Amino acid sequence: MHSLYNFVSGPLAWIAFLVFIGGSLYKVYTLITLTYQKESFIFTYMSFKYGLRSIGRWLTPFGTGNMKENPVMTVVTFAFHLCLFITPIFLLAHIILWDESFNISWWSLPEQIADIFTLVVIAGCVYFLYRRLTIPTVKYLTSPSDFGLLAIVAAPFITGFLAYHQVFDYQLMMILHVVSGELMLVAIPFTRLSHMIYSAFTRAYIGSEFGGVRHVKDW
Amino acid sequence: MSEPEKATKAIIDDNLERCLAGLTKERIKKSIDKVLKGEAGARLKSYVETCVHCGLCSEACHIYLSRDKDPAVSPAGKVKRTIWEMIRKDGDVSPEFIKEASIIASTECNACKRCVMYCPFGIDVGYLMLTVRRICHLCGMTPMYIQDTAHSHAVTMNQMWVKEDEWIDTLQWQEEEAQAEMPDLRIPLDKEGSEIMYSVIGPEPKFLAHLLYNMAFIFNSIDADWTMPSTPGWDNSDMAMYTCDNEIMGRVKREHFDTAARLKVKRIVMGECGHAFRSVYDMGNRWLSWKMPPIPIVHAIDYYAEIIKAGKLKIKEKYKKKVTLHDPCNVIRGGGLAEKARYVVNFLCEDFVEMIPNREHNYCCNAGGGVINCGPPFKNKRVVENRVKAEQLKATGAEVLISPCHNCHSGLEDINEHYKLGMEIKFISEIIYEVMEKPESE
Repeated sequence: MHSLYNFVSGPLAWIAFLVFIGGSLYKVYTLITLTYQKESFIFTYMSFKYGLRSIGRWLTPFGTGNMKENPVMTVVTFAFHLCLFITPIFLLAHIILWDESFNISWWSLPEQIADIFTLVVIAGCVYFLYRRLTIPTVKYLTSPSDFGLLAIVAAPFITGFLAYHQVFDYQLMMILHVVSGELMLVAIPFTRLSHMIYSAFTRAYIGSEFGGVRHVKDW
Repeated sequence: MSEPEKATKAIIDDNLERCLAGLTKERIKKSIDKVLKGEAGARLKSYVETCVHCGLCSEACHIYLSRDKDPAVSPAGKVKRTIWEMIRKDGDVSPEFIKEASIIASTECNACKRCVMYCPFGIDVGYLMLTVRRICHLCGMTPMYIQDTAHSHAVTMNQMWVKEDEWIDTLQWQEEEAQAEMPDLRIPLDKEGSEIMYSVIGPEPKFLAHLLYNMAFIFNSIDADWTMPSTPGWDNSDMAMYTCDNEIMGRVKREHFDTAARLKVKRIVMGECGHAFRSVYDMGNRWLSWKMPPIPIVHAIDYYAEIIKAGKLKIKEKYKKKVTLHDPCNVIRGGGLAEKARYVVNFLCEDFVEMIPNREHNYCCNAGGGVINCGPPFKNKRVVENRVKAEQLKATGAEVLISPCHNCHSGLEDINEHYKLGMEIKFISEIIYEVMEKPESE
């Protein structure tokens, strides 16, 4: 059990991070080269001003018409995404691992707050699942892979929460936690979780086109 | 059976049926590969891989809302029924599937791009639906009426099979008519070095000749330095753009810009048409590798605002009836003319009330994007699938609906009739003609 833990938190972690970072860079590289090859006009329309205007607006809670029309979704999705990023990066236990391995550390979240944030992420996944199952339009668009993606995102948070509170077997839970976290990292570049990478580009382009050519807002 | 279901049942389009009979799976596969793997690039890839199936685009679509939130016609729903399936099966789809895809892309989406403003990632479903139309075009699976229009563009360089002598004759006829009111009025043909080339869409000489009269009257009354071409190239419309016969679209646009260049005009002023603006300002110029139009394009709304601001256009008195304004997607969401349109309407009319939503958030007419050009087989479907537009119009309580776009205009007429709204639908030029100072009133 112990050597398994060492394996998943050692070599496997290296692989996961390399695949995540390498895969993400590869996705950006292929997107840009594809644009050069086939739609090079996109570069001529790209505008820093309007691209950033669009990204900024869509990162502002209730900044767009659609967010106002769907207040529950807006609150959930902002809380979910914020906690999804903040919790793993500023979790004390994670920082200790960084410190032990690389001798680097940074500010950490108070543990109770991290606990709440974790629950927010899990609750967010439950809400998204509920939406997929109950709202006809979302249900219609849902494919089996959407449930898979939800599971991939929820798993590290559920196992992390259980491990922290020492529910079930601690060591087993830790191994599951590390593996599921690595699975999520690896999945980001190669599944629709890649919206984490692509969304900045798609927003920047449509923001540029709407702002710079169409002279109109894109929200 | 609900009204939309009844309207969509038993639609028979002769070209779709004819194509269905002869379409092979090889040709389908070849067409899909050519477009999805060949022509399309980063946009298609990022849109398909980014969409998280959240459904937040749905509420943007007038057809979705009008069909009581039918998931199948939400913007992403339409992508699911077309492109996702083509990708999932790697082009191995049936002729029936292509026929259905053609109906979805050509008659259930106006490419109005309202949903782009609703997608958190800015995914352009309008672009994706035009990509589907491109595949259908390569399969020959394009609805008959709009295909005929594209043929007309290819043969005559105008939308309505108007012959050259008919075109010139129509202009001279309108000139003569207008001379009864303004004896020295001219419609100058091919006047080289004019400041403005005025271009219109094929339907104007075909059956809306009074609009040519109105514009001639406006230009003459403000002493504009303008001309119209007597040769092909006078038509700025482009239905080949909407059948995604891009090669023909490029030819038509080149003819139009070349004509303006030959006449050495400084700019092109175009009539109150939306899709034509899109074709010269957005799609056609890009196909011809111009980022922006090679000769400045001024839409009629923009031109009216300019001559009002300059104090050239004088009115006797403001238009009295209560009016509302329909914002056409291609010039408002596509050209940012919302405030100028309001400036013009407020200058001309006493009692202007906004419809809600408005400006770039206005609901589509469900006629544009080539949908009305798919003709009679799809008319009932088109009208019942835009119930929200009727409700939006009714709520204004206005007597007159101003629609500065031809396709919107015709589509709104059908909605007006079907839902018994009792509105009068007008172009801005008709209001201008009614309220402007005329020679006899001086």
